[in-house]
Amino acid sequence: MVNIPMGRFVYADNAATTRISEPVFQSMVPFLTEQYGNASSLYGLGRDSRRAIEKAREKTANALGAEAREIFFTSCGSESDNWAIKSTALAMSHKGKKHIVTTAFEHHAVLHTCQTLEGQGFEVTYLPIEPNGIVSVEKVEKAIRPDTALVTVMYANNEIGTIQPIPEVGKLCREKGVVFHTDAVQAVGAVPIDVKAQNIDLLSLSAHKFHGPKGVGALYIRKGLVIPNFVDGGGQERGRRAGTENNAYIVGLGTAIELACASMEEKNAKVSAMRDRLIRELLKIPCTRLNGDPVKRLPGNVNISFEGVEGESLLLMLDSKGICGSSGSACTSGSLDPSHVLLSIGLKHEVAHGSLRLSLSDMNSEEDVDYILEQLPPIVQRLRDMSPIWEKIQREA
Amino acid sequence: MLYSEKVMDHFTNPRNVGEMPDANGVGEVGNAKCGDIMRMYLKIEDGFIKDVKFKTFGCGAAIATSSMATELIKGKSIEEALKLTNSAVVEALEGLPPVKIHCSVLAEQAVKAALSDYYTRLGIDPVPIVGVLSDCEECH
Repeated sequence: MVNIPMGRFVYADNAATTRISEPVFQSMVPFLTEQYGNASSLYGLGRDSRRAIEKAREKTANALGAEAREIFFTSCGSESDNWAIKSTALAMSHKGKKHIVTTAFEHHAVLHTCQTLEGQGFEVTYLPIEPNGIVSVEKVEKAIRPDTALVTVMYANNEIGTIQPIPEVGKLCREKGVVFHTDAVQAVGAVPIDVKAQNIDLLSLSAHKFHGPKGVGALYIRKGLVIPNFVDGGGQERGRRAGTENNAYIVGLGTAIELACASMEEKNAKVSAMRDRLIRELLKIPCTRLNGDPVKRLPGNVNISFEGVEGESLLLMLDSKGICGSSGSACTSGSLDPSHVLLSIGLKHEVAHGSLRLSLSDMNSEEDVDYILEQLPPIVQRLRDMSPIWEKIQREA
Repeated sequence: MLYSEKVMDHFTNPRNVGEMPDANGVGEVGNAKCGDIMRMYLKIEDGFIKDVKFKTFGCGAAIATSSMATELIKGKSIEEALKLTNSAVVEALEGLPPVKIHCSVLAEQAVKAALSDYYTRLGIDPVPIVGVLSDCEECH
């Protein structure tokens, strides 16, 4: 059941997923209809598919400062993370290296993969995060050991939007001769990335975060880095990730990444202005805090905790007004613990429960921000009026 | 997370929300750490619950179960209120997602905590009447 009220509809959950843009959709249509050839086939219909896929690969490579042959298409960001981490771990374990360095606030695609490897005899260091939501390069350096197989640090955090010192970590890893992977799912299209200049060995991305389709991602593997194949089978993706290519979706990824990176500066200026106005105005509500660094953050990310309020209730009430957001509350995660990201930057449980993430894209408008600012404060007030802990919080504030 | 229409109704328009300065039984259960706190206010006269109010910090289900619990005990005798179970609250709400069942347990306990307070204020040991209130298992 799609439950959209008659009034305004504001989609402010672009960190969860984005709407496919019209040019992306149009570029995909032929490959869902008349251009259905298998890219491995010899005849014209197949060759057309092959050309389109290779064009998408070039566009993806250009967006990252990589070479086309270093781009491997996958089904999603999680698959890319799994491939990068598990295969590197396996390759390095043959050299006696069984230690992985990561951070405490990675996406679950990385954290749970690392936990699986722990069960297979790897040792993992989960680095703590500074209160501003950024990992310390010094701590990464101290964590690297002679038996470190891999360092994996996300480019930008999915909940609080903080941008990590990836060029610095990359330089450090290159100097130490350690393989460096970054989950850049939230960063691609929002932060300038150059895998060569930033010394990145492996990078994961996902199309649906930048107005591309769901169900397609990519892994950049630096030329010269040899890691095991992820799917054995036919010769697709140069034999490293077998399975008939998802032509339409790969083409959609190519169009989306090209568009996202072509207009990055202009788009970021527009989106970050909306972000900053939202943050500025929402922080006027008492007993409220911004989570994550105010400057080193993704252009569209707003993450705010409202004390005395529980996140799921907030989301349900926003939904009733046609506003889509997300929360780090336990109740939205299906467990009783609030977001590991918010806990990692030192938030108390009760404050983490009251967090709200609003993530904007270039498809949002200043009118959307006006509407959120009109609707959200009375909702927070209503929930606080209902909250048995609000009085105490006010007294202590 | 899919809530029944009844849950959404009680979440959107909670019944009996507020405080009660002249309550003669007040109970609070849950903790902020696990994300749910319910406070229940009762005004008991002649063995009947004349009025009830609640305040809740928590998710949609926590607010809806509090609201429903107050509706189920309002005007009832203490004996009837003591028989309120979490499953009765869940049933009246036309079901809850499995991860939210603990909210209905909290609602039952909030009523019992308020009744315990009522007896304690009268100088009567509540334990033989209300029983021992256990903490929500999932909070530990």
